[in-house]
Amino acid sequence: MVAALVVFLAMLWLFQGLGEGNWRFVLALRATKLASLALVAASVGVATVLFQTVAQNRILTPAIMGFDALYLLIQSLAVTGLGTIGFASLPTGAKFLLEAMLLTGVSVALFGALLGRASAETIGRTILTGMILGVMFRSGAVLLGRLLDPNEYAIVQQASFANFSRPAGGTLGWAALLALPALAVSHWLGPQLDVLGLGRDRAISLGSAHRRMVIGVLALVAVLTAVSTALVGPVAFFGLIVAGLAHALLPGARHRALLAGAALLAMALLISGQWAFERVLGLRATLSVVIEFAGGLFFLVLLLRGRVR
Amino acid sequence: MIEVEGLSFDIRGVPILKSADLRLEPGKITALIGPNGAGKSTLTRLIARIEPPPKGRVRVNGLDVATTLSDRLAREMAFLGQQTYLASRLRVRELVAFGRWPHCHGRPGPADRAAVDQALTDFDLETLADRFVETLSGGQAQRAHLAMAVTQQTPWLILDEPLNNLDLAHARALMAHLARLRDAGGSVLIVLHDLNFAAGWADHIVAMKDGAIVAEGPVEEVVTTARLSDLYETPISVSAHQGRPLVLHHI
Repeated sequence: MVAALVVFLAMLWLFQGLGEGNWRFVLALRATKLASLALVAASVGVATVLFQTVAQNRILTPAIMGFDALYLLIQSLAVTGLGTIGFASLPTGAKFLLEAMLLTGVSVALFGALLGRASAETIGRTILTGMILGVMFRSGAVLLGRLLDPNEYAIVQQASFANFSRPAGGTLGWAALLALPALAVSHWLGPQLDVLGLGRDRAISLGSAHRRMVIGVLALVAVLTAVSTALVGPVAFFGLIVAGLAHALLPGARHRALLAGAALLAMALLISGQWAFERVLGLRATLSVVIEFAGGLFFLVLLLRGRVR
Repeated sequence: MIEVEGLSFDIRGVPILKSADLRLEPGKITALIGPNGAGKSTLTRLIARIEPPPKGRVRVNGLDVATTLSDRLAREMAFLGQQTYLASRLRVRELVAFGRWPHCHGRPGPADRAAVDQALTDFDLETLADRFVETLSGGQAQRAHLAMAVTQQTPWLILDEPLNNLDLAHARALMAHLARLRDAGGSVLIVLHDLNFAAGWADHIVAMKDGAIVAEGPVEEVVTTARLSDLYETPISVSAHQGRPLVLHHI
């Protein structure tokens, strides 16, 4: 049903009010933005479900644990090290791939040990450590921002806030090149993620190569977070809402269904939100604020009705 | 056979297990007893490769747990720890079916489904099969987890305090089930705090204290007044009932 809704929204997005003018140009522009939104939505939704499975916790998200802040910190460091011209003159693809690789390496090193041993007893410590790391990365990025000259800071600042209207430009192709295999691998790992979701002890007893799985899943989360952050900037609670809705609306805990559900729900929310934002509200509001506010309210309703576990 | 040689484990320099040596014969129920902090759970977790490879060596049916693939070991031993917290939202039948994962990797056949149905029956879970685990009582959830471990159908079953939360009838039913597994050729290593369950059902007892194995042998040799009083540092009497030791403590 959600898939049908996404198809309907995609058609609405592409063809509503297309007009008689230069429709080829408009359609190409809309298609690019639609692909960008769909990629971001799938990346955020899947990354959050994956992360929550590894962390054994439904409250944690890559954003709360500071993955996107880490991405921004890496970008700030790159701008600081290379300067405005050096950073800007890097080929888009190479720059994006380098940033994604750095984020993957650093996040696996930082979170691998922490989340690899996550259990019911250590959830509190895991949350606290993650939030402290998140604050540290954000503070590091802010500190570097203060040290940069205004031109350099403008480059970093552009990436620091969620903006769904930002044209994808040359990044979209590279982002898709990374995200689509990551999404496919996530789907392929579905049954093994089901075992991982039982918790460390049970997963090992059932034959899961637990540590290898945790590191692999964290690498997927890092790649997907890099993709979404590079395309639209950090989205704080979107993943939490989408994963919460997927868990609440789907009957079981099978990851293939959860991952697809989270991706499709995220697409439906983002495309409908951006459509309303651009075509109904006439760009008089900010989608990130609207989505997170509306989604937050819906999440609260489900929480109060006891449907989010 | 489970062979443990020079197994040690410490947490930040505090020794939890001190160079343990142990050989457990197959085809028996071996009960691991001892006071809190004796190292019983640590020993079972190390044997079941839940903790990282420590100093020393563990072999299960000839397979070194430090070097053998986890997937291979999952067909030799099933482990159930003390924790029954479950983050995933699963129905009882789904949880029990995970026990077949090492054999079918998520693609269950008729034999796998039959094993799940049998475990649901054996653990009195048929009426709870479609309930979510999170809605069960502690004892019911414990039975669901036990059913999952048993469904793994491995030569060795390693259980850490499985009687937690179980009422007397279900605790007795579990021990009777383990005895049937033993009679069918299976082997069980079980951590027990209730000494009468150990004395009544086990074939072999391993007593631990302060991270060391202090006694092991047939039930009648280990479950004695002097040894238990010394082990638990409290007055304990052992008498006999229907040919098995009966453990009493002074009030």
